[in-house]
Amino acid sequence: MAIVTTSKKACSVNPLKMSQPIGGSFAFMGLRGAMPLLHGSQGCTSFGLTLFVRHFKEAVPMQTTAMSEVATVLGGYENVEQAILNIYNRTKPEIIGINSTGVTETKGDDVEGFIRLIRQKHPQLEKFPLVYVSTPDFKDAFQDGWEKTVARIVEVLVDHVEAGTARDPVRVNVLPGCHLTPGDLDELRTIIEDFGLKPSFLPDLAGSIDGHIPDEFTPTTIGGIGVDEIATMGQAGWTIAIGAQMKRAAEAMERKTGVPFRLFERLCGLIPNDEFISFLSEISGRPVPVKYRRQRGQLADAMLDTHFHIGGRKLAIGAEPDLLFDLSSMLHEMGAELAVAVTTTVSPVLERVKTREVLIGDLEDLEELAKARDCDLLITHSHGRQAASRLKIPFYRVGFPMFDRLGAGHQMSVGYRGTRDLIFDLANLVVGDREANHQPTPDTWRTTDVGLQVVPPQLH
Amino acid sequence: MSSLSTIQDVFNEPGCGKNANKTEAERKKGCTKQLQPGGAAGGCAFDGAKIALQPFTDVAHLVHGPIACEGNSWDNRGSASSGSDLWRRSFTTDMNETDIVFGGEKRLYKAIKEVIEKYDPPAIFVYQTCVPAMIGDDINAVCRAAATKFGKPVIPVNSPGFVGPKNLGNKLAGEALLEHVIGTEEPDYTTPYDINIIGEYNLSGEFWQIKPLLDELGIRILSCISGDGKYRELAYSHRAKAAMMVCSKAMINVARKMEERYGIPYFEGSFYGIQDSSDSLREIARMLIERGAPAELMDRTEAVIAREEAQAWAAIERFKPRFRDKKVLLITGGVKSWSVVAALQEAGLEIVGTSVKKSTKEDKERIKELMGQDAHMIEDMTPREMYKMLKDARADIMLSGGKSQFVALKAAMPWLDINQERCHGYMGYIGMIKLMEEIEKALYNPMWAQLRKPAPWDDAGVNWQAKAMAQMDAQAAEIAADPVRVEETRRARKICFCKTVDLGTIEDAIAAHGLSTVDGVKEHTNASGGCGACKGRIEDILAAQPAPVLQVAE
Repeated sequence: MAIVTTSKKACSVNPLKMSQPIGGSFAFMGLRGAMPLLHGSQGCTSFGLTLFVRHFKEAVPMQTTAMSEVATVLGGYENVEQAILNIYNRTKPEIIGINSTGVTETKGDDVEGFIRLIRQKHPQLEKFPLVYVSTPDFKDAFQDGWEKTVARIVEVLVDHVEAGTARDPVRVNVLPGCHLTPGDLDELRTIIEDFGLKPSFLPDLAGSIDGHIPDEFTPTTIGGIGVDEIATMGQAGWTIAIGAQMKRAAEAMERKTGVPFRLFERLCGLIPNDEFISFLSEISGRPVPVKYRRQRGQLADAMLDTHFHIGGRKLAIGAEPDLLFDLSSMLHEMGAELAVAVTTTVSPVLERVKTREVLIGDLEDLEELAKARDCDLLITHSHGRQAASRLKIPFYRVGFPMFDRLGAGHQMSVGYRGTRDLIFDLANLVVGDREANHQPTPDTWRTTDVGLQVVPPQLH
Repeated sequence: MSSLSTIQDVFNEPGCGKNANKTEAERKKGCTKQLQPGGAAGGCAFDGAKIALQPFTDVAHLVHGPIACEGNSWDNRGSASSGSDLWRRSFTTDMNETDIVFGGEKRLYKAIKEVIEKYDPPAIFVYQTCVPAMIGDDINAVCRAAATKFGKPVIPVNSPGFVGPKNLGNKLAGEALLEHVIGTEEPDYTTPYDINIIGEYNLSGEFWQIKPLLDELGIRILSCISGDGKYRELAYSHRAKAAMMVCSKAMINVARKMEERYGIPYFEGSFYGIQDSSDSLREIARMLIERGAPAELMDRTEAVIAREEAQAWAAIERFKPRFRDKKVLLITGGVKSWSVVAALQEAGLEIVGTSVKKSTKEDKERIKELMGQDAHMIEDMTPREMYKMLKDARADIMLSGGKSQFVALKAAMPWLDINQERCHGYMGYIGMIKLMEEIEKALYNPMWAQLRKPAPWDDAGVNWQAKAMAQMDAQAAEIAADPVRVEETRRARKICFCKTVDLGTIEDAIAAHGLSTVDGVKEHTNASGGCGACKGRIEDILAAQPAPVLQVAE
């Protein structure tokens, strides 16, 4: 059992964490015709926007209430009203998703109250979907913003279902955590549909930010789940929640509609996918398609081929809790040792991470500990690039943001196939590093004062 | 708020052409046009301050605020360093709820201490953000205390995001340098060839495309503010003989006040384009000679210019047949417009349009000069219009900043990034050749032909682009057929973007009140009450009005 500790530093150096309002906006991006709106100064939005654009290389819709110094002091009612009206009139959205920021939370703006007044004053907005989530920057992290926002979307937009109403056993709600990519969601959709089930993904980033060419110019999101479909999610037979962060939304769904849920904390690795596929087979009443029997075999073989390279590696991973738990557990099952684990925020999964200590800290902590503990594989988001070049160890980019490599939206980790490709990539990285930096020399195996030196490079 | 007097002062910038054209009352209001909630896109004042100062490479940049300000934005600029990598590390107090309740000053002080103990930088820049500004954290006092205690410059940069847009932040950053850094140290020695470069960020290392020429001429860059800059150089930059201000108006206050305080003359120049590069080199030489450098410097400068120009022209000659009849749509802000226009024309490209949204009246005059009177200036294009312009074969390639790239790319049109996130340098003579190479690569990539073909199962001609165009054409035809709507559309043309005033409102005001001056129009409609860039358009409207039928007194 891992001990969870928090860094005691006054100064965070090279942050791993990003703020929760943009995690909230990210969730709204998985809704069709959406305009995420941050209630704060314009920088709050523009920094987030730039980050998403650099990650996805896509146009990203995101707006701001553009709070000035004076508006911040006097309160932001007028700015929220104007922003909603401007967006409503200009971009014709299907939903506006509002997250608060540090600025407006410090002032204490009552945005729910604002929205009630705005609806009264402007009858055209009376029924218009407006979802507000409180997400101050000075608390929690990106993943928490996503978690709270999805739960709130469920509470506000899913229609109430009377007890005893017949369900549609073919419909399945899928609540994916923010650690899954659009590529992951596409893979999950294929798997679920192969069992004859009809999934509703909330949020559905795969339709909105996967890089497809849109049918027309639209200033809002170009796809994702529609508000109409969200309303009917209470009719589904099951809810599948992926990642512990989605428990809150799944419980909200169950409370409101009675739809039972099954939480999959992981979908990377052999056993988690065995459980997932068995569950789908069970709820659909269909046998596992041949395709997945073959894919399971391929993953098993990939594990055999790659364990020589991944086994025994000393890992340093910096990631948000669910991604950290998922990846590190899979790599632990492949024989790697998680020597350093750094994360951004608290979560019930952290104490089950297979290591001694999980530190809520920054990339300076990750770098220093990785150096002190002789780690030989660094796994974190793109901001780890400086640390990797100083540590001179192989670096695998995961999570958000990934701005210095292409294809971030399609990197997969779920399913037999996603796991298979991921461990091939990791093993190749290790092999490449060995070829480039660790070729044997006449002195590699020479005994020194301290006894036998270094483990000989394995050449398989 | 302590930053308020500085902000007033920054607004009162006599060196700024835009500002000089304003009335006393306007000047007081400053250049912070009221941002429109739900319709704004740019960065905040903190962003602007950080952009301006971050390229100082050996300084620790410490952001005092919650995680959003630094956590969401660090390591996002392509400035290059020849030495220290400290500037790329990120330092933030990552304020939590307790700090908000009890104040963040202690945390900030401890953070400064930690940074000094671990990284021992020559100086720390401390950036104020919205939340600590709201709760009243006095960063000036903390910085003063820390500087005394640790014997190291700790510089407060008072530019919280909510005071205004990015360009205001640039200037507030400049004020911090003027107040706390410039003039605090002395160089080991000076030469008659010492210059400052102001407002140059060395993006993609592009300043190194021009620096070898300065080195060759024996011209020493005493301090570059701020690309590849070092703290100590900045601190003794007041000993330069002359200065060149590179990036339009971003740091004009630094250039002007250094002239005022230390008698360092400056000029505004550009190293984008062959002609501009030569002009700038000449101007540097001229100013240095005026300040006492030997006159032979000009001969050497002319010789270098002649050599470089000949080489560049010879290299560009190769592109001319490839660029014949190729048209460029240029979407960019401010002064960069004209400097790039000149460069592209040198290679034989035809520029069919350039945006002038952020340009001043003088910029526009200059564009007209370069491109002829019929230059199509794009005031405020929607993505759809931008695409139509590309599509109507009026443009073969679009050059723009990152934000509008997807319009071009999704429409399968070549596109090139010419703003700060680009990965190639385009400065000086070499940079121009690099730009030509990139344009050629983009224009002639065989991929475009494949991408423009519809999928085999789709009807050719009914793809989304065609649909969008048909829709636009249908709309236009519908409007054209109806004189009422033609008039409506004409009157709906936006004239003032800051205050959102359309042509109809202005015409009505002119008619109703018999107005004949821009000030009169402003009084009645608030048009040109923001940045003032639409003054020229209003003058044109006034000129186009029928001779004033003597209005009967109302």
